Amino acid sequence: MTNLFTTVDGNEAAARVAHALSEVIAIYPITPASPMGEHSDAWSHLGRTNLWGVVPDVVEMQSEAGAAGAVHGSLQVGALTTTFTSSQGLLLMLPNMYKIAGELTSTVFHIAARTLAAHALSIFGDHSDVMAARQTGFAMLASASVQEAQDLAVVAHAATLRSRIPFLHFFDGFRTSHEVAKIAAIGDDVLKAMIDEDLIAQHRLRALSPHRPVLRGSAQDPDVFFQAREAINPHYSAVPSIVQAEMDQYARLTGRGYHLFDYVGHPEAERVVVLMGSGVGATSEAVERLVAKGERVGMVIVRLYRPFDSDAFRAILPATTRAVAVLDRTKEPGAVGEPLYLDVVAALFEGDRPSPHVIGGRYGLSSKEFTPAMASAVLAELDRESPKRHFTVGINDDVTHASLDYSSDGWDEPEEMIRAVFFGLGSDGTVGANRASVKIIGDRTDLHAQGYFVYDSKKSGSRTISHLRFGPQPITSTYLIGPGQATFVACHQFHLLNDIDVLELASPGATFLLNSPYDSTEAWEHLPDWIQRGIVDKALDFWVVDATRIAAEAGLGGRINTVLQTCFFALSKIMPRDEALAAITEEVQRAYGKRGDVVVRRNLEAINSTLDGLQQVTIPAAAVIGVTSPRDFLESRLALAPDFVQRVTGMMLAGKGNLLPVSALPVDGTFPTGTAQWEKRSIGTEIPFWDPSICIDCARCALVCPHAAIRFKVFDPEALQGAPDGFVSKEASGTDFVGKFLTVQVAPDDCTGCGVCVDVCPARSKEEIRHKAIDMVAKDDQLERERANFDFFLTIPDPPRHEVRLDTVKGSQMIEPLFEFSGACAGCGETPYLKLLSQQFGDRVIVANATGCSSIYGGNLPTTPWTVDETGRGPAWANSLFEDNAEFGLGMRLGLEAMEADARLLVTALLPELGQLGVEILEADQTEELGIADQRQRVESLRQQLAGIEGLLARRLEGVADALVRTSVWIVGGDGWAYDIGFGGLDHVLASDRDINILVLDTEVYSNTGGQASKATPRAAVAKFASGGKSTAKKDLGQIAMAYGNVYVAQVAMGANMTQTVKAFAEAEAHRGVSLILAYSPCIAHGIEMSTQMSHQKEAAASGYWPLFRYDPAFEAQGQPGLRLDSRKPTIRFKDFAEKEGRFAMLARANPERSSELMASAQKDIDDRWNLYEQLVEVHRTAEYTELEDR
Amino acid sequence: MTVDLRTNYLGMTLAHPIVPSASPVTADIDHLLRLAEAGASAVVLPSLFEEQVEHEAMAVHMGLEWAKDSFAEAADGYLPDLDDYNTGPARYLELIRAAKNELKIPVIASLNGTTTGGWALYAKILADEGIDALELNIYLIAADPNLTGDQVEHQYLSLVELVRRTVEVPLAVKVGPFFSSMANMATRLISAGADGLVIFNRFYQPDIDLNQLEVVPNLILSTPAELRLVLRWIAILHGRIVGSLAATTGVAGAEEAAKLVLAGADVTMMASSLLRHGPERLRETVEGLETWLEDKGYQSLEQAKGSVSQAAVADPSAFERANYMRTLMSYSPQW
Repeated sequence: MTNLFTTVDGNEAAARVAHALSEVIAIYPITPASPMGEHSDAWSHLGRTNLWGVVPDVVEMQSEAGAAGAVHGSLQVGALTTTFTSSQGLLLMLPNMYKIAGELTSTVFHIAARTLAAHALSIFGDHSDVMAARQTGFAMLASASVQEAQDLAVVAHAATLRSRIPFLHFFDGFRTSHEVAKIAAIGDDVLKAMIDEDLIAQHRLRALSPHRPVLRGSAQDPDVFFQAREAINPHYSAVPSIVQAEMDQYARLTGRGYHLFDYVGHPEAERVVVLMGSGVGATSEAVERLVAKGERVGMVIVRLYRPFDSDAFRAILPATTRAVAVLDRTKEPGAVGEPLYLDVVAALFEGDRPSPHVIGGRYGLSSKEFTPAMASAVLAELDRESPKRHFTVGINDDVTHASLDYSSDGWDEPEEMIRAVFFGLGSDGTVGANRASVKIIGDRTDLHAQGYFVYDSKKSGSRTISHLRFGPQPITSTYLIGPGQATFVACHQFHLLNDIDVLELASPGATFLLNSPYDSTEAWEHLPDWIQRGIVDKALDFWVVDATRIAAEAGLGGRINTVLQTCFFALSKIMPRDEALAAITEEVQRAYGKRGDVVVRRNLEAINSTLDGLQQVTIPAAAVIGVTSPRDFLESRLALAPDFVQRVTGMMLAGKGNLLPVSALPVDGTFPTGTAQWEKRSIGTEIPFWDPSICIDCARCALVCPHAAIRFKVFDPEALQGAPDGFVSKEASGTDFVGKFLTVQVAPDDCTGCGVCVDVCPARSKEEIRHKAIDMVAKDDQLERERANFDFFLTIPDPPRHEVRLDTVKGSQMIEPLFEFSGACAGCGETPYLKLLSQQFGDRVIVANATGCSSIYGGNLPTTPWTVDETGRGPAWANSLFEDNAEFGLGMRLGLEAMEADARLLVTALLPELGQLGVEILEADQTEELGIADQRQRVESLRQQLAGIEGLLARRLEGVADALVRTSVWIVGGDGWAYDIGFGGLDHVLASDRDINILVLDTEVYSNTGGQASKATPRAAVAKFASGGKSTAKKDLGQIAMAYGNVYVAQVAMGANMTQTVKAFAEAEAHRGVSLILAYSPCIAHGIEMSTQMSHQKEAAASGYWPLFRYDPAFEAQGQPGLRLDSRKPTIRFKDFAEKEGRFAMLARANPERSSELMASAQKDIDDRWNLYEQLVEVHRTAEYTELEDR
Repeated sequence: MTVDLRTNYLGMTLAHPIVPSASPVTADIDHLLRLAEAGASAVVLPSLFEEQVEHEAMAVHMGLEWAKDSFAEAADGYLPDLDDYNTGPARYLELIRAAKNELKIPVIASLNGTTTGGWALYAKILADEGIDALELNIYLIAADPNLTGDQVEHQYLSLVELVRRTVEVPLAVKVGPFFSSMANMATRLISAGADGLVIFNRFYQPDIDLNQLEVVPNLILSTPAELRLVLRWIAILHGRIVGSLAATTGVAGAEEAAKLVLAGADVTMMASSLLRHGPERLRETVEGLETWLEDKGYQSLEQAKGSVSQAAVADPSAFERANYMRTLMSYSPQW
């Protein structure tokens, strides 16, 4: 049988099997499982067939609940059906999973196991999701590696058909799902041999068919439900032997044997660890090392977790075992122990002989590193006289002291293995090149290969660290390359040397490759002193190459990947140089060939120029070795920060979050806001430069800045006292600002250099047209001056909110943004709206934020862009889930209303004591800013009075008095939430008539998970899950909301009409009912130049693609039609807009005929909608009262 | 009596001299079929621009690579990787194939390169597709103050020589009029290997948007008023170069075509007029030319060709500067 090697990640390994063995695949995006769906969609689009020659139908649903429902239905009619998911997605599938299992229906769900959100969301891996599914009745099969993700996927598909029990096949999110590894692939011959056609026929026969009708899904009463539930038992009893039989058959076919439980270690072990998932790799290394040292230790690998075969478990455990440690990668607060621990305890208890001593511990939550040293600590704990019954490992629990101590000393990795780490930026192609290197080495040499990639939490200027291992033996190291272990270190961006100690991971004598603008004679003197010290102390073999220049000369822009990949092969000597170059060339042709000969040619030119530029650096004999470190710089920046930021946030910023003890972290997931200001990432190479001589005071630059890095302030001239020499201001224009000055100021370390401000600046020099009032200039020349300027700028007082017109562009920008410096993509189309919201209402807003981009750049540690004003007020922010955000926000409003009602009742009851103040509070008009400010003052006075009033009523009023000041609730989320997964809840909230504001940041795609299609995706655009181009029109959510009649609805595009946008936000806030703003948010997933995204929005409106409108029930109340179109009849064709976007242009290239057809339909969509809207602006919704009476 | 309209162009015998030139009118097979149906004697496909071909491929590449691997949840980037992007000259080659398969008239490809290697590479790619002739559309803006006229001319000549060495198909060179000595340059282009000249190409003409204060690309359709320049140089070059002469720019219909034939054009190319009036204008032009020749008693096009060229007219100075003063003097305001 076939046994070819291939190099893939865990997701692809599992998806290949699933796609080959399915007819229907229902999908929905969720990290880290999305790639399984993406692969399946792409394969089916390309016509790849399943084992039976049929192209599986891959269908995206509106949620995981929808996917599970579709799977259930498809199974009911007899199709071979599968799905993929993770985390909360799996939770949404649970109800259907009970049904599918209860009906004994064969299917496999492939799960990239991921943390469930509790005190915080985490995209990373652990078993909390799959553990929540363990009572659904699904069998559960755990893969511990990429190889197993393929192998056990096959076993699961085979076993489900034979047993009729549905299977949940899972592997660890990221650690396995995203690890690239060399595995032995299987061919269709293996699959054919594994899948019994008779069983498929039986599966079909059990299906619903009008030819042999049956009823399934009955409702049962107490008389029979119980018995019927027990009738299923024999099927579960049979599962273990069926699975083992399938494993045995697989072993015969491939030579790779698995068992329900596998044992590794000393045959007469006394101490045994039990676990499942990727931790097996690290533990096996620990056990083998300890056994080699003579220790009697072992490990039981759990593969079939449900049904748990107690007999098989007891049988695998050496009879000599006296102590067992069970490791769970999940936490079940309040339980006696975690699930696997309890299973093991029960299984041993039920045995014929006395149970060994069993302890249980948690490890690896949210992909926390789990290393052989930690596994060893667990085994060592078993040797203690009184081992901890329940423990954790991998963290420092200084609160409940549950954690085990461990030391990495003595756990050096084997010498024969090459370990390479690469520091790069997301945008420079480092990870892609390393993936390719793993593939080249895996596919073309006898070496085993592994690649794992670590990303930071930012979407702009994000850093990546690639961990690659190559060696003669299969690689089981399921953990990062540790300090002092890397034999090769590459830093692909010179400036990273200033922030990260890239040499910490280098082993003595390792090779260090640096992408340097300085050649071998100059490089040394430009290195930070801690890098010099590291090179000397570790005696590193130091090489430089100016990859940026070589790539640029070859016409590759900033894509330095192939240049540095060539250097890696040249220096690492993994392959003979010529062979390596030939391999890289072929890989370039394979990867880029379909994009065009020129792409290949330019990359090859770069590769061919590389080795001439690769230079070894001779370390000067009298090297100046410094003593500072990156941490020193960081600490100097943080010196002014609050204590928590210094102690906790600062550690995370320094990349040392793993060292934080339990006591450092909040117990309930509550964090301070206002922390992004301390990051000072300084990622922009260019920053805006303001020329006041031609500025026209429009404030557009400040409005559109996605990162709040351009500020606009109008102030009295006296405020300039003490200004630094370089501080620039000008006299403000306009009758409202006579005698005032203004400054447009950049925050130089917070600017990403996106250039959006320059794009929108309307003020051009009369003498030189390219010179605007805002130009981008090289940052280095401006940095020190602008730092001082920005610091001073922050000290200039803001005007009181009630003194500015917050419903105007200029007025809104005179108020300090309370959303600043987010890590969103440079030029993000969403964040300007949030910043505007924070300026208009930030001191009284609570934000309910759906999971998605805005929850990540808004709430992904270490910092948050949400911040506070000088009084300490600012947006309060929370993220519940993806699907429930509308309901979550409504709940906030309900709670606020309840507390306000309570407060008013209490004020009324206390009127005798409160007197006029109480009356004023109850009668306060808070429709305007001044009224709100006055009410705040009154509540402040109220608190003072209450302090002197005794009694329960006064105490209760103190608790709810804040509710007397108007609080705004803004429900914020993306289109994936609003149009798809959260639409049911959104619709319910639209119908609620409560004072709620909803902001949909419509990027027309699931941006956060990598660009999957949503129902907001327009026709004719390609997206993941719609790689053939979306064939249906975008949902008109505005129309749906308008149908309620009492909902304020605005469709805005800031770049198309800034005034309308600002006004719409103000009107939405003023509307005392439900308001919905649909905000056009250009996204990198559109394939556009983000620096011009704002001006591009003009074309979106001009083509009618994104018509601007406001539907205000207040207009109806005034006897006017409710709908007002704020954009003109289309003046350009859709094509003129669309051809500038990659999402449309890609399809036009790849499939011109289909693109042309879809584009024509999309134009018709636009024409039809405009035709409808034009009629609607004439329509009065409100019926004449007399007509009603007549009826 | 019918007039024999046949003409020889680049060694090919065409049924008549009216040929749709490289432009959007020849950009797809449907248009080509309609032009053929309207009687086109040959077609020149739109120019394949090396720069555009390469830019598009790199744009696809950068679009797919940009933002890839920058965020853990979007490691594969934000756009799906499709099966084929049809970058490079693939679509152009498809057009050639379709034209060759479905048309019974000569198909002339047009190439506009930017690099030396590019001219040779794409000329070979096009020639390998079996085109009947290749038109090199040379477009150099000599904006560098350090670049001398000699160097510019050398660039033209060397790339014609390069392409000539690379391919064997009949070669036309389309140039602009901006040479110090057009006649000399024309002769040297023929010597460098061109089988004929196409005069003159119409450059991209930047304009200024007075509202936006931006430079905007602009190419306005030609009018018969632009015929004169071409007419002059066809007349001057006819009989003086050993190669074909194609006239382009300003050919609105039969009248202009007739003038050009009289001046010595082997072929007159049309684009703007076809864009304005549709393919039927081509038929009308052919018929009109035939009628005119017939009315004038010509038996064949060859008979008329060059009959009013500079070499043939009574007052050769009419095509040169001496006529300039006279013309200016005769032009007086109408108000």
